[in-house]
Amino acid sequence: MPRVRVYVTLKPALLDSAGRTVTSSLQHLGFEEVNDVRIGKLIHLEVEKVEEARIKEMCQKLLANPVIEDFSYEVIG
Amino acid sequence: MKVAVLQFPGSNCDQDALKALREDVGVQAEYVWHNDGSLSGFDAVFVPGGFSYGDYLRCGAMASRSAIMQETIRFANEGRPVIGACNGFQILTESGLLPGALLKNEKQKFVCKNVELEAVNQTSIWTSGVNKTISLPIAHGEGRYVIDTDGLKRLQDQNQIAFRYVENPNGSVDNIAGVVNEKGNVLGLMPHPERATKELLGGNDGLLILRALSLVNA
Repeated sequence: MPRVRVYVTLKPALLDSAGRTVTSSLQHLGFEEVNDVRIGKLIHLEVEKVEEARIKEMCQKLLANPVIEDFSYEVIG
Repeated sequence: MKVAVLQFPGSNCDQDALKALREDVGVQAEYVWHNDGSLSGFDAVFVPGGFSYGDYLRCGAMASRSAIMQETIRFANEGRPVIGACNGFQILTESGLLPGALLKNEKQKFVCKNVELEAVNQTSIWTSGVNKTISLPIAHGEGRYVIDTDGLKRLQDQNQIAFRYVENPNGSVDNIAGVVNEKGNVLGLMPHPERATKELLGGNDGLLILRALSLVNA
């Protein structure tokens, strides 16, 4: 059965306060090369069949909030 | 006046709201369960705080797609009074009844304290009785109000900012603590008016907002 990976990320203009905390934690662990961390969501879908228009609709209607988030997806198998 | 207090799995301010409405505001109030309830016979809706559906996906995301919220959207669009506090505010933004969204507090910390609020809009049914700076409790980890620049300008131009924090506790844009829709019948705010309805609770400024319900003819 085809699977779809949906990636949801906070819009770049918005402060990711959790990402900022993780940035600081990585730097404290000695990873000084890390300038910024942004945390998103990875959502796996298993679908009967792949219809891109419907996947987009799922993202727009529930999986992502267009006010604050961007989304992308890839179809696997 | 009969108020529907919505209940979702994970709501936890529903009992406070029902008690405050019945005992301190002096109106009728009943719980309405999210998937089999109806708003028929009700004159107003209170969307309580908590962690509806475990705040899965995003705060308020699942609750805003529930059957009772589809009915609440129709109810609100008829111009009837709807208020959402805390998670209720998140549900109202997720449902599209109010603009903007709520994100993790700027400093990542759950904030739980009383805050001072300046009443900005003083013309909506919810805010016309608030004629001074009020003090209400907040208790949230995701209360940072965000909206894009154009949206913020619209809120300011159309007098839709209901309350501003005197001291910003969460990084909200323009110190926004609560907003109303264009018609003014829908109010969403992070502070909890239902937790401040008698001196025994540490203050009764919440009544200045909730008493709107006892003034509406229904």
